[in-house]
Amino acid sequence: MAEQHDVTPEVAQELGGFLEQRREQIAQRWADAALFRTVFTVSRDEAVEACKAVVDALADVACSGRLEDIHAPGFDTVREQLSRMAATRAQAGFSPSQVAGEVAGLRQPAAALLQAEFDDPRAEHAHACALALTVLLGTLRLVVMETTVNSGEALIARQREQLLEVATPVIKLWENIVAVPLIGTLDSARSQVVMESLLEAIVHERARYAILDITGVPTVDSLVAQHLMKTVAAARLMGAHCIVSGIRPAIAQTIVHLGIDLGTITTRAGLADALAYALGQQGIVVSPSPAAGAIPR
Amino acid sequence: MTASSATHANAVPVLALGDILLITLQGELHDTSAEQLQYDISHRIAHSPLPVNGVVIDISGVDIVDSFLGRILAEIAATARLLAAQTVLAGMRPAVAITLVELGLTLPGLDTALNVDRALALLGRAPAAPPPTRPEEGA
Repeated sequence: MAEQHDVTPEVAQELGGFLEQRREQIAQRWADAALFRTVFTVSRDEAVEACKAVVDALADVACSGRLEDIHAPGFDTVREQLSRMAATRAQAGFSPSQVAGEVAGLRQPAAALLQAEFDDPRAEHAHACALALTVLLGTLRLVVMETTVNSGEALIARQREQLLEVATPVIKLWENIVAVPLIGTLDSARSQVVMESLLEAIVHERARYAILDITGVPTVDSLVAQHLMKTVAAARLMGAHCIVSGIRPAIAQTIVHLGIDLGTITTRAGLADALAYALGQQGIVVSPSPAAGAIPR
Repeated sequence: MTASSATHANAVPVLALGDILLITLQGELHDTSAEQLQYDISHRIAHSPLPVNGVVIDISGVDIVDSFLGRILAEIAATARLLAAQTVLAGMRPAVAITLVELGLTLPGLDTALNVDRALALLGRAPAAPPPTRPEEGA
């Protein structure tokens, strides 16, 4: 690969040596670049230290001769730092390509210093060195891009997990009655969590009635209906009677149009109706106090 | 009455509580024991001097219910119904319930209860718990 771009191991070695020698100067110039200045806002020294770490990593990679390898061991030391920088830029509303553009801005100061190394900047050897530097910084750009995308993916995975935990509370409405307000699309993973937490609650609260409220479920297709029926069947095996409530007219029509048979499931229009049904089944009557004012508080 | 149980060391005991048979399953139930249990229950119902009105199977001590045991339970219920007894499955664990549903075994012919107390109440046997007193203004 190195030969393709006319970067011989000797040139790579020389570039590594140059980076090590001029570490201080390059770091000083990079610290003023937008990328480092905006991330390390506490002090300029901090930015310089960060730049030095990156230059060291680049020198290490150059000496190992793996200029185009984004998995070169030299990058490992700065990967965490780069991902932190990328995360900071992402929070500021920058897209990964904009961050990559900022990394590209680092080439100019380093290239200028490299040019000054040679008596005759037009010599073939100087060209080879400049080319090697360009290749190396291109690789750095890729590494930054990779860490940016990775941190984005990690964020999405974490949020997905949090969503599962947060979105399925089981509420005790009354003695023997628990309810789950379902919010959002009901996919397999979520319905599994709902089922587990509902069954645990049935055991814990010794519930006879479980209300599944689907007011917050935007659409009900045959898959969602299947998940609902599974949950109802599992609750029944635990000895609890399940009531599905919060069926909006549009959803009722969809269910009928799809030909889904919910005939074995008790359904009610609203959560209040479901609660009234569950109370009625237990012979509990809720009535207004005959003389509210007469009861001393 | 269950003469055959003497020959099966790990046979499941069937207790009679008045007109109800109570069976408590513990741990893993071997296929032969399950079949033996099915036989025992039907014979107990048929030959009991007192009429048997209900069968309560407590599976709170069972971790795994496979398709075979699920089928046996459904068959016990169907057999008992033919002999005019109602079967109630009591104390199923959440994990077992999920497994059965995923297997497609929803046991439609069986009545279920959270625990043995509730099962006996369902069969009208236990001293029915007085309706818990409610705060009038609660809603």
